[in-house]
Amino acid sequence: MKSYVEAASAVQTADTAVVRGPNSVVVRLSVNGTVRNMLIEPRVSLLDALRDRLDLTGAKKGCNQGACGACTVWVDKRRVLACLTLAITCETREVTTIEGLSDGVDLHPMQQAFVTQDAFQCGYCTPGQIMSAVAFLAEGHAADDAQIREWMSGNICRCAAYPNIRAAIRQVRDDAATENPDAAG
Amino acid sequence: MSPAIGAALDRVDGRAKVTGAARYSGEISLPNLSHAVLVGARIPSGRIIGIDCREAMVADGVLAVLTHLDLDRVAATPKLFPSLAGLTAHGQSFFPMQDDVVHYAGQPVAIVLADTLERAEHAATLVQVTYAETPSVTLLDAGRDRAYEPEKIFGGLVPGRNPTRGDPEAALRDAELNLDLTYRFAVNHQNPLEPSTTTAAWDDNDRLTVYDSTQGPTATQLSVAELLGLPPINVRVVSHYVGGSFGAKALIWPHVTLAALAARRIGRPVRLALSRDQMFHSCGHREEQEQRIRIGAGRDGRLTALTHDKISLTSHFDDWAETSLESAAIAYASPTYAGGYRLVRGNIITPTFTRGPGEATGMFALESAMDELAYLTGIDPLELRLRNHADNDPDTGKPWSSKGLKECYQRGAELFGWSDRDPEPGTRRDGQWLIGTGMATAAYPVAAPISPQRARARMYGDGSAVVEAGISEFGTGALTAMTQVAADGLGLPVHRVRFVGGTTDLPNIAAAVGSAGSGATSSAVHLACVQLRDQLIRHAVADQGSPLHGADPDTVVVRDGRMCRRDSPEVGETYHELLDRNHMPDVEALGTWMPVLPMGSDHAMHTFGAQFAEVAVDADLGRIRVRRLVGVFAPGRVLNRKTAHSQLMGGMLWGLGQALLEATRMDPHTGRYANENLADYLVPVNADAPDVTIETIEVPDSVVNPLGVKGVGEIGIVGTSAAIANAVHHATGRRIRELPITLEHLL
Repeated sequence: MKSYVEAASAVQTADTAVVRGPNSVVVRLSVNGTVRNMLIEPRVSLLDALRDRLDLTGAKKGCNQGACGACTVWVDKRRVLACLTLAITCETREVTTIEGLSDGVDLHPMQQAFVTQDAFQCGYCTPGQIMSAVAFLAEGHAADDAQIREWMSGNICRCAAYPNIRAAIRQVRDDAATENPDAAG
Repeated sequence: MSPAIGAALDRVDGRAKVTGAARYSGEISLPNLSHAVLVGARIPSGRIIGIDCREAMVADGVLAVLTHLDLDRVAATPKLFPSLAGLTAHGQSFFPMQDDVVHYAGQPVAIVLADTLERAEHAATLVQVTYAETPSVTLLDAGRDRAYEPEKIFGGLVPGRNPTRGDPEAALRDAELNLDLTYRFAVNHQNPLEPSTTTAAWDDNDRLTVYDSTQGPTATQLSVAELLGLPPINVRVVSHYVGGSFGAKALIWPHVTLAALAARRIGRPVRLALSRDQMFHSCGHREEQEQRIRIGAGRDGRLTALTHDKISLTSHFDDWAETSLESAAIAYASPTYAGGYRLVRGNIITPTFTRGPGEATGMFALESAMDELAYLTGIDPLELRLRNHADNDPDTGKPWSSKGLKECYQRGAELFGWSDRDPEPGTRRDGQWLIGTGMATAAYPVAAPISPQRARARMYGDGSAVVEAGISEFGTGALTAMTQVAADGLGLPVHRVRFVGGTTDLPNIAAAVGSAGSGATSSAVHLACVQLRDQLIRHAVADQGSPLHGADPDTVVVRDGRMCRRDSPEVGETYHELLDRNHMPDVEALGTWMPVLPMGSDHAMHTFGAQFAEVAVDADLGRIRVRRLVGVFAPGRVLNRKTAHSQLMGGMLWGLGQALLEATRMDPHTGRYANENLADYLVPVNADAPDVTIETIEVPDSVVNPLGVKGVGEIGIVGTSAAIANAVHHATGRRIRELPITLEHLL
């Protein structure tokens, strides 16, 4: 399983300013540790590149204008809204999607906690919720429920599983603190 | 083996949903897929006098631009009909792009097809449409003077006036106490997080496969087939995962067939995903409405008269109103009653189901009025409701198939701590916050399809079973609950059973709407499984090689995949042993459930519950926060405690949204909604949602369906908004008779 820290540290530097487009250009993206090339126009969002070109449909399109959070993925260390990010701007960065969160056999603890706590119903917001939850927990923003509520409010769940989403995040936070008391708090 | 039904089993589709593996309708990869983008009318009323597609046609990647001038004509005029019936289920009696008339803003006027989504979206902006606009009505008030009383509403299934009981006008005149109150409701949009999406692919033999976000695959199949003039055998619908619906995908709207028409025209598969703003004018909404409640009562709080009248905005094509009067009419034992609907035609798409359709508004009005009566009489609101408890259906006099409301009141009051409430408004304070509490009754009819419901069970030679029915999974937990029903029916552990839905290839189940999905599907699944089980038992007792040979089949039970005699469990064999010895690779059975229709029953069928809310209102700024919600419901048998409680909780938080946040605002100058997006149409977010306490009280019900399942999809939202509004009154002393309640009301 790839940890959040490992994913975040796999950052390539060096970007060069070149003018490309407006016609289709080859864009090289590193997604979940694999380099993928695609021929796309520079106006293609990271979300549409992932979903329509790479067939990575875990990140969802709920509003396409940054209001719902369903498209949340990681670019380098950071949570981003893939619908408001151009794919071509991510060429020198590491993109992590829900498909890259676990190794395909064992679920990430947050994924397992979402199942255990029934933190979703239709499942459409779930990949975005989980990508937000793992990242903001690593950022240390989950000290109490008030913080969780505030920091998770960028991800709409129309089924309104919010109390169960908080329970899942608390479960992962508290399990991690039990396993590694020094890292707690 | 403990029964699987009722257990808090994790969702069987949980892994697919948390890993991103679950594929929704817009995530189907097909070779040569093209993308369709709709162009919507910019005016609410008038005619198209010109469409210039030249620039769009020559844009990069564009495959076609279709307008009313060249789109194929549909083979039938659609007729609105609720999908619970299991027949064609068009959302409205109008299909766009057949002529030049514009009836509502956003009505599709062109379809742009291109090889990529970006190119289709760009070219759609290049289509130049010229209109001759005519005057429009887009708000209730603008057409109030032309209101009419429809003969029937709701696709012709519900009369425009409810049956009258006694003489309510005389009872109102004679009453010791009178209330005459009017409530207003904003337009609400369902806004499932997955915008409605259709992927349509034709093969060489004029056969169509539709991947659709729908609450009922068969509803999509029959509706699309009718409009295309094809037999249903030529239309196959696939709908495994649906990203929420809440009524938006309960009926079949024009974009589904438009995708199929476009795909046929260009000879390529087409994906048509509505954008978020298009979701506000493409699949109905909860209509703008006003409800007037008049109550006559004695000083002891007992109702002597109740009238309930609604006026609402509908489209040019359909007499649609959500059925707001039905539960309120029977919630209390008022000896006299009258209620009816009036409609105003407007330039809007036909309104449709939105979670708690009808009852979410109707019970807000009644339960707000009951709270006012409590204050008028000085009787505790909960005690007032007990005094007016309907022991039988006040309309027909029939006994309830099951009720459990008094138990819900009692348990809810305990959990909430209602008994020590000081009724005086504005007396509790927590710093800057004024604290108030309120309660309300929840009620929702038990609906059932009118057609046979079917499921198939197949056991393989190893004793594992697959059970199938043509449902879609849109968040209800149906796949999980039906796995549990099947396991108990067959006498197998849940891990030996797989439940499969999601296509029209499977036995037919009506669309899961009106909280009827779990009752209908569980009945068919249960019957299929017990039939298969009994078939295997009969086989065993007739088989000379079986230890059960010669036993009375009625004395054989199945536990953990092993058939045995009830009185001597050591005598028996497993399904596997029986099938293996007889060289049988599989055995199948079809289960058919013919629903009980309410009018044909000796019982009245309704679901009840009790809602409690605590709010805090900022004394200076009027901000309203819901601090806690408690809901106790009696939904018959609960198939899965975990998923059922989640659905009830979601419903209650929807009630919070209805109470405090959700409103689509019409700009009458343009005839378009002013906030068609998720930043301006406010839905509850995590910070809005308090912790919610849910309990269910399982009152047995042998009438509604074989397992006594009454459903949990809607009852959670009903009454929540009233409990919150009553709590706002308790906190502030202010009665707000309009939803949503916002801080402007309280400043």
